[in-house]
Amino acid sequence: MIRPETEPELRLELRSNPLYLSGARELISSLAKRLGFDDISCCQIALAVDEALSNIIRHGYDRRPDGRIWVSLWPRVGGDGRRSDDRTPAALTLVIEDEAKQVDPEQIKGRELENVRPGGLGVHIMREIMDEVRFEKRDGVGMRLTMHKTASGPGATQGCGGCG
Amino acid sequence: MEVQSERTGETAVIRPLGDVDMSGSPELRASIRAAQNEGPRRVVVDLAEVAYMDSSGLATLVEAMKNAKASGSELILASMGEKVRAIFEIARLDAYFRIVGSVDEVAG
Repeated sequence: MIRPETEPELRLELRSNPLYLSGARELISSLAKRLGFDDISCCQIALAVDEALSNIIRHGYDRRPDGRIWVSLWPRVGGDGRRSDDRTPAALTLVIEDEAKQVDPEQIKGRELENVRPGGLGVHIMREIMDEVRFEKRDGVGMRLTMHKTASGPGATQGCGGCG
Repeated sequence: MEVQSERTGETAVIRPLGDVDMSGSPELRASIRAAQNEGPRRVVVDLAEVAYMDSSGLATLVEAMKNAKASGSELILASMGEKVRAIFEIARLDAYFRIVGSVDEVAG
């Protein structure tokens, strides 16, 4: 699991209000596009962040809209594949922190998909999309979620519109 | 998020306009529930204007499907774009719903 030890290159602070979900998605999907993730991947990374933020708002802050959430980003720009020595895959590490209720990370699990019912899909979706997903308690208060995704190939050239 | 509703014969069409996320899902849920309560044979959710859906949208549609099955009616999803379909596939819900290419494929 990647453990960021440097300062993030981008840090977003927002309140636990669903109003801000679309803006966070647009920022993440736009950044993923510029790093070189393909069209579907940048939408899915935005979805993983959306699910994480929604879980914090819904379960961590019990839908209270004034809780604080921080999203920190460590991006790596991918090569575009046009030069043989420039085929580094794009990558993105995200850390999402809050001051909400703490829960045992071992208890955060996606539900079995065979039992079709509303709800409980967010953690499953995050784990399906991202290469690595780790929940942990912060010192004192709140939770920290670290997620990492590396692109499967050289940077894509198509757009990533309409997923924010 | 705006949600349009219309009724033609035994078919009710629900048309959400925008992202179906934690903000928009309650509106969609209320619209589908209102349509189902009127007792049409089928409710079609037209997703042509939905570029994005998260798990709250999936949960809304799963609940609507369960309500439809309980009442002996149909719930059909139409005009699902590639990005929204990918979310259904991640959640392995693509086979749970009847998904058609457009509202026109469903008899009125």
